[in-house]
Amino acid sequence: MKILRLAVMALALLTSSEASVRAETTLRIGLSDDPDILDPSMARTYIGRIVFAAFCDKLFDIDEKLNIVPQLALSHETSADGKEVTIKLRPGVKFQDGEPLDAEAAKFSIERHMTLPTSFRKSELASVDHVEVVDPLTIKLVLKTPFAPLISQLTDRAGMMLSPKAVKEEGDKFGLHPVCAGPYKFVERVAQDRMVFEKFADYWNKDNVFIDRIVFLPINDATVRLANLKSGSLDLIERVLATDLKDIRSDPKLVLSTTPSLGYQGLTINIANDKNKGALSQSEKVRQALELSIDREALNQVVFNGEFTPGNQWISPTHPYYQQAFPIPKRDVAKARALLKEAGVALPVSVDYMVSKGAETEAVAQVVQSMAAEAGFDLKIRVVEFATTFKESQAGEFQIFQIDWSGRIDPDGNSYIFMHSKAPQNDGGYSNPEADKLMEEGRLTGDFAQRKAIYEKLTKILLNDEPIIYIYHRKYLFAQSNRLEGFKPMPDGIVRVIGLKLK
Amino acid sequence: MLSFLAKRLAQLVPTLFFVSILIFSLQHLLPGDPALVMAGEERDPAVIEKIRQQYHLDKPIPVQYVYWIKGVLSGDFGQSLRNNMSVLNLIAQKLPVTMQLGSMAIVIAFMIGIPAGIVSAVKRGTLWDYGANLFALWGISTPNFWLGIMLIFLFSIELGWLPASGYVPLSENWRASLASTIMPAFVLGNAIAAILMRHTRSAMLQVLESDYVRTARAKGLSERSVILKHAMRNALTPVITLGALELGTLLSGAVLTEQIFSIPGFGKLIVDAVFNRDYAVVQGVVLVTATIYITLNLIADIAYILVNPRLRA
Repeated sequence: MKILRLAVMALALLTSSEASVRAETTLRIGLSDDPDILDPSMARTYIGRIVFAAFCDKLFDIDEKLNIVPQLALSHETSADGKEVTIKLRPGVKFQDGEPLDAEAAKFSIERHMTLPTSFRKSELASVDHVEVVDPLTIKLVLKTPFAPLISQLTDRAGMMLSPKAVKEEGDKFGLHPVCAGPYKFVERVAQDRMVFEKFADYWNKDNVFIDRIVFLPINDATVRLANLKSGSLDLIERVLATDLKDIRSDPKLVLSTTPSLGYQGLTINIANDKNKGALSQSEKVRQALELSIDREALNQVVFNGEFTPGNQWISPTHPYYQQAFPIPKRDVAKARALLKEAGVALPVSVDYMVSKGAETEAVAQVVQSMAAEAGFDLKIRVVEFATTFKESQAGEFQIFQIDWSGRIDPDGNSYIFMHSKAPQNDGGYSNPEADKLMEEGRLTGDFAQRKAIYEKLTKILLNDEPIIYIYHRKYLFAQSNRLEGFKPMPDGIVRVIGLKLK
Repeated sequence: MLSFLAKRLAQLVPTLFFVSILIFSLQHLLPGDPALVMAGEERDPAVIEKIRQQYHLDKPIPVQYVYWIKGVLSGDFGQSLRNNMSVLNLIAQKLPVTMQLGSMAIVIAFMIGIPAGIVSAVKRGTLWDYGANLFALWGISTPNFWLGIMLIFLFSIELGWLPASGYVPLSENWRASLASTIMPAFVLGNAIAAILMRHTRSAMLQVLESDYVRTARAKGLSERSVILKHAMRNALTPVITLGALELGTLLSGAVLTEQIFSIPGFGKLIVDAVFNRDYAVVQGVVLVTATIYITLNLIADIAYILVNPRLRA
């Protein structure tokens, strides 16, 4: 009995620590993974971008409708020949170490992104020839060739401004103690455990920052992440499982937010990248047959309870650049069989189908496999650990590779790098001079109507050639406690901390 | 004694050398390219080439080994490919966490396993005995991850008593720290408790039937004093050795348990590093773990000799 009493007391003592009064407000965000380095030049992961948004403002941002809006910049103007972009900076902005953000600092930041040997921003800023300081609050980007997606690149890490003083002091260790011009400043990071940020008193938009501290906690398992939210140890989580949505909707203490992702889930087909050229590479008819065998809506229902968005283009049907003239084709097994017959391939068409390991991706592959089987395909699913897929896909060791692309704000970021014949991630080896030309043209103009017309022609070619069969677009799924107010999911899935309040 | 020590220490060097080669070669047998994994979605060939050069990934494997071992010998374990943190710092950050978790698990295992073993031996054939045996069977056969998730469900979601995951360092707030580690420590300790209970029980049964216990009883000592003062002390010696051996189980169990409870310890460090092909981190962690094992073994051998002089020859 004594022991029992002791145990109860010990437990009470432990749990009472939770009740300590919260003098300051802390927002705890559960992430699905631990980000890589917190250096905007060297960062690679999507998850890292969520963390950056709390402490590294960018020249531009996007709004809920994907429009580009000013952040650290006030405006931008492109010259008539498209080769000069003048950017006016917001006056009175300070870095978290008190240094001023002026034209010199902006030039310094962009040049670092362009020249640091291990910078992953180089390709995003490849069109920039050099940066000029026009006056203390104006810079000019002089381009090699016109590049319409440039401003959209500046809404991401390439547009993040770094304190030149901190960069000079820290060098390539800057990511361990980053100093930017965002609403919160970096306090500490314990790898795989937490990243702590506190409110920056001199932030340019400080009147809209209401929470004192933000702690990001990486928790890989989606079930455990949700459990933490339910128990009150977290206030907001990202990457909720589609299959958990029913549960969240029925919980009065939780709020669910969703927004269509900019990315896609697709089947990249090996058309001409070495070794594995199979039946799918022989004729576009075989690829068209495969597409016709898939019932995208049924797949969405089976695997994701109908929560995601089926799609057939490199952007989702809700995107402004989606081509309504080419809707999702209905499943047509008879036509698929006829196409296979026309192509003259022997049935069943045996195909190596590479999928990265994961409950969701594997389930999708199984559904595709069984649907395609009815049309005469024998898809042999090969589950490969995520880290291995990069090498296999680059080496062309696949016939179908099911990939999940996180997406980019500008439609060019979903098309060019995968389908241009000279692009680094064209793992299927697709090459069509006409498509190449259209993708290049799409980069030259910033005019929406003109670009959409160019992409309409491109879509027509791609839907015939089928280098990638798009299946669906995920949604960014967030769940939050009802204590948190003001959260709005954004099209890029990145959490904006401005305006958030805790009750 | 001194010559024994010198001999053992001399053996340490080739063992660690062999271990270092083994870690290095096994690692490179893993499929996948660390530079590509690191780049992820941002696959810029020129930058990837630069990264290969920076981390000597473009050199033949034996040359890479020389670079690494040269660093290790001068106290530089390299830096993580993923977050650029120094591997030594990462280890220094994570090791105390797993040590705290492990010590708590051992304490829990002893606190449950030994009393349960004694009770079931003393009350042999009664409901107490069956109950304790049932517990042991359950403890051995319950998978870590299942028990972990069930505990989270009960104590964090339903009752709301404990945090579902995460870790608070002891130095920051000891109560919150214990609250954050008690469930994972229980999960880890539970399986060991079951093993300890089985061994305590059989050791106890053996001792209880020995002559000196019969003599003690004949002298008219109380049953309590016979069990606690005379029988238990002798029965526990092998059990404690066993408990020490189970430290190994603890480290491997921590790999899974830390993953479930998101405890940023050694286990989570190595799992994430393997999945990210973060070579320097994997090598550093395995080398440190191997060194700990070998040192513990050495200490155990020395302790045996101190206790039993017959082994000194």
